[in-house]
Amino acid sequence: MAFSDPPLLRDAPAHARRMRFFRLRIDWPLLVALLLLAGVGLFVLYSASGQNMAVVQAQGLRILLAFFIMLLLAQIAPYGIQFWSPWLYGLGLLLLLAVLVMGEIGKGAQRWLDLGFVTFQPSEIMKLAVPMMIAWYFAEAPLPPNRKRLSIAGVLLIIPTLLVAKQPDLGTALLIASSGIFVLLLAGLSLRFISIFLFLILACTPIAWNYLLHDYQRQRILTFINPENDPLGAGYHIIQSTIAIGSGGIYGKGWLNGTQSHLDFLPERSTDFIFAVLSEEFGFLGVISLLSLYTFIIARGLIIASQAQHTFGRLLAGSITMTFFVYVFVNIGMVSGILPVVGVPLPLVSYGGTSVVTLLAGFGILMSIHTHRKLMPT
Amino acid sequence: MNHYKHLTLKDHVRETQIFNQRLIVAAVILVILITLLLSRLVYLQIISLSHFSLLSENNRVNILPIPPTRGLIYDHNGILLAQNLPSFTLELVTEHMHDVDETIRQIGGLITLSEEDIKRFNKNRRHKRRFEDIPLRFRLNDEEVARIAVNQYRMPGVNIHAALTRHYPLGALGAHAIGYVGRINVEELRNLDESNYSGTSHIGKIGIERSYEDLLHGRVGMQKVETNAQGKILRVLERTLPVPGKNLYLNLDVKLQAIAEDGFGDHTGALVAIDPRDGAVLALASMPTYDPNLFVNGISTRDYSQLRDSPDRPLFNRALRGQYPPGSTIKPFIGLAGLELHEVNPTEELNCPGWYMLKNDPRRYRDWKKTGHGKTDLTRAIVESCDVYFYNLSLALGIENMHDFLTTFGLGKRTGIDIGGEKAGLLPSSAWKRRAHQLPWFPGETLITGIGQGFMLTTPLQLANISATLSRHGQRRQPHMLYAIEAPDSSRFDVIPTAPVNPPAVASEDNWNTIIQAMKQVVHGIHGTARRISHKLPYTIAGKTGTAQVFGIKQDEEYVEEDVSKKLRDHALFIGFAPVDDPQIAIAVIVENGGSGGATAAPIARKVMDQYLLNAGS
Repeated sequence: MAFSDPPLLRDAPAHARRMRFFRLRIDWPLLVALLLLAGVGLFVLYSASGQNMAVVQAQGLRILLAFFIMLLLAQIAPYGIQFWSPWLYGLGLLLLLAVLVMGEIGKGAQRWLDLGFVTFQPSEIMKLAVPMMIAWYFAEAPLPPNRKRLSIAGVLLIIPTLLVAKQPDLGTALLIASSGIFVLLLAGLSLRFISIFLFLILACTPIAWNYLLHDYQRQRILTFINPENDPLGAGYHIIQSTIAIGSGGIYGKGWLNGTQSHLDFLPERSTDFIFAVLSEEFGFLGVISLLSLYTFIIARGLIIASQAQHTFGRLLAGSITMTFFVYVFVNIGMVSGILPVVGVPLPLVSYGGTSVVTLLAGFGILMSIHTHRKLMPT
Repeated sequence: MNHYKHLTLKDHVRETQIFNQRLIVAAVILVILITLLLSRLVYLQIISLSHFSLLSENNRVNILPIPPTRGLIYDHNGILLAQNLPSFTLELVTEHMHDVDETIRQIGGLITLSEEDIKRFNKNRRHKRRFEDIPLRFRLNDEEVARIAVNQYRMPGVNIHAALTRHYPLGALGAHAIGYVGRINVEELRNLDESNYSGTSHIGKIGIERSYEDLLHGRVGMQKVETNAQGKILRVLERTLPVPGKNLYLNLDVKLQAIAEDGFGDHTGALVAIDPRDGAVLALASMPTYDPNLFVNGISTRDYSQLRDSPDRPLFNRALRGQYPPGSTIKPFIGLAGLELHEVNPTEELNCPGWYMLKNDPRRYRDWKKTGHGKTDLTRAIVESCDVYFYNLSLALGIENMHDFLTTFGLGKRTGIDIGGEKAGLLPSSAWKRRAHQLPWFPGETLITGIGQGFMLTTPLQLANISATLSRHGQRRQPHMLYAIEAPDSSRFDVIPTAPVNPPAVASEDNWNTIIQAMKQVVHGIHGTARRISHKLPYTIAGKTGTAQVFGIKQDEEYVEEDVSKKLRDHALFIGFAPVDDPQIAIAVIVENGGSGGATAAPIARKVMDQYLLNAGS
């Protein structure tokens, strides 16, 4: 019932049927834009890391691996992905619980799981598993979802979000939550529910402030409201990054010439704050180019979502694209001082492996959805 | 369930519709949010560019001062009096350490830190600029430097600063003239050119070091450096070299100075020697003296209280600030006034019975010689220092005439020597007494003013100065310490010319000669009060002894030196110049509680004159 779509290409000519096995399923516009973005990222990283070629190489290898995974996923038909969604969600939940238990034993924040040959963050899996799970759940019933289905979807969303928030990793929790919420919204969540939901968020804010947030998180938000309050402590990051961005001007100080970046004034300059390096060295023109690239990728994602032929694919494609936007918006908003500091990387530019893999895996799913469409008469 | 299935199969169109609607709303929100980001970036990068550029530049570029090297001080013959020696100072930048007290404890385990060091450090810490180095220990030796250097990596913010420290190689010799430098205090900081002193820690506190601070200090240099967030200097962008301070050559002759200081033995007192031809101060001694090196990096409380509480008051510059009654040394000048104002005929004789009485005054004004001098003319009155003669003369002159005449020699006013802190002394007049004491002037006060007692006060410098003026028949020069200025970077050597000062009101050459010849007899005559210094004298000296009372003697009581405790004994004075025909040195000596001028003060003057006139160049 879940896979009620008719088999693909049954009526295609024989040569097309043969070709299918040899055809690499790739969405070229997306691939080119992503490659360009990754290239820009490495270029900026070279400067941000203080011209450390080893860092650039390590990141390049990760990106290469991530692109490989993306292309691999693109070859899997959407119904395959749909089939594995609950399993992936279950596995992710187990791993999150494992991390939580290990954290309890180890007494302290625990985000990483060491599998011996590789360490990774199970929360990263959930960034994809949560929208997949909810899209899977919604796809088996007519839309818009009824109240019972909405509540179940809400539970599916809240459990991993809370588990990650407890780690504590507010940035990832935020991304997981939004990826799930996007599925709900796109599935046709009624306006009434949206307003109730918004009201609940507002109502929960004081509770979250008092009980859910850690001191340092509260401090970050207070600092965001007035960074000058604590110019040498928590406000330092924001003050220095706005100085870096602002002093870049229209044309920037030139590649490798950013004084804020290279004289250690800018914190976390190769990870979360790499946007400030780019802004300082390439100026407003660089920023416009980067935003255009992101906008193109997001637009392409939305087009793919709108052209998807099945509920699961369209919900998932929409959610993945919108979540990608959340990355961009939260990161740039935080670095330029209009949002509080939350640990969200600048997608494909920030140094760090796990997020690159998750992001490109998401785009692999997008490609799969787009390239496995049945040719339909318009 | 039926309904359910029906929808699943049929409502793809509606689902797609809802989905696409939602997607459009999402796209619109996305565009709005991206526009928001863009406008923020436009605000930061285009509208506020200049603001942030400035902040970024301020972040990056630090302007650091390069302190100039302080000028050296030499004596007239090029002997070094003040120099700069390299020394190592341990400095802390508290911004770079987590726990300042812990770091100090750590340092205390490596080198010795006194209570004093820590106290001073904490005091300086309170009013410092951000990221400023605060000294903790001065004058580290090589071993201490090595110990700190080895452990430095464990103690961020701990630096060893190699700098030049002022050093006075001759120590206490001439300290009152040369002065010393010390760390700039809060009050000085308020009054000085802050940018020029931005790299300087020391400033002239007293003496030549203070009065020529501007010349000695030089101009600060600057370097623009690029620093990272930790304040570490990465490279120098621009550099303006400092202009070193000027080297100063003084008129002071340290050999003369040494002989003058030695001459006092255990006595306290002062000596000033002036070249009457140009006003050059050849020696300026105030005994006892002190080691100026103690003050350079902050004197310890123990050393300071020792100096301050010493009954001999070594920090007191007697030559400039000691105000003494001139005693009989004023007599030649009173005599000159009498001649000039025609109140006395030099050959006219007067009987001296050993005392003098005013009409309507039962008090007896006694002569130092109880039996009296008998028939006395002006010359004899000066040679034997007859008080009665001068009682008569001063009564004839009156206090106003004496005041006005002595004013033209510069008494009662500062000489204007180029060291600060000089006192003006006191030249009394009836107007002054009315002003200061609200009392009329009494004739008896005129009498004792005529023999340099009573209200009249002079400094040793003033006495030397009026002797110099007298020696060259009224040719008056402002006494000065500085001989020449040398620019170390261009080896320019400028001798400082001296400006003449208004001469005293003496018109007749004969009057000068009469007085000078009488003063020559003081030394060379057989009855002269300073005759004992004429022994084997290859040149001529004109002089006058004096005795200044420290406490008054009651009527019909006799002053017996042995009965009076040393502190209350009379001060011994001597003024003089030599050679008489072409005076090249004029001297004033005061030996506190020294008793008689001829016995204790004059011999010191003779030694200094011998050195200057006989051994010059050796």
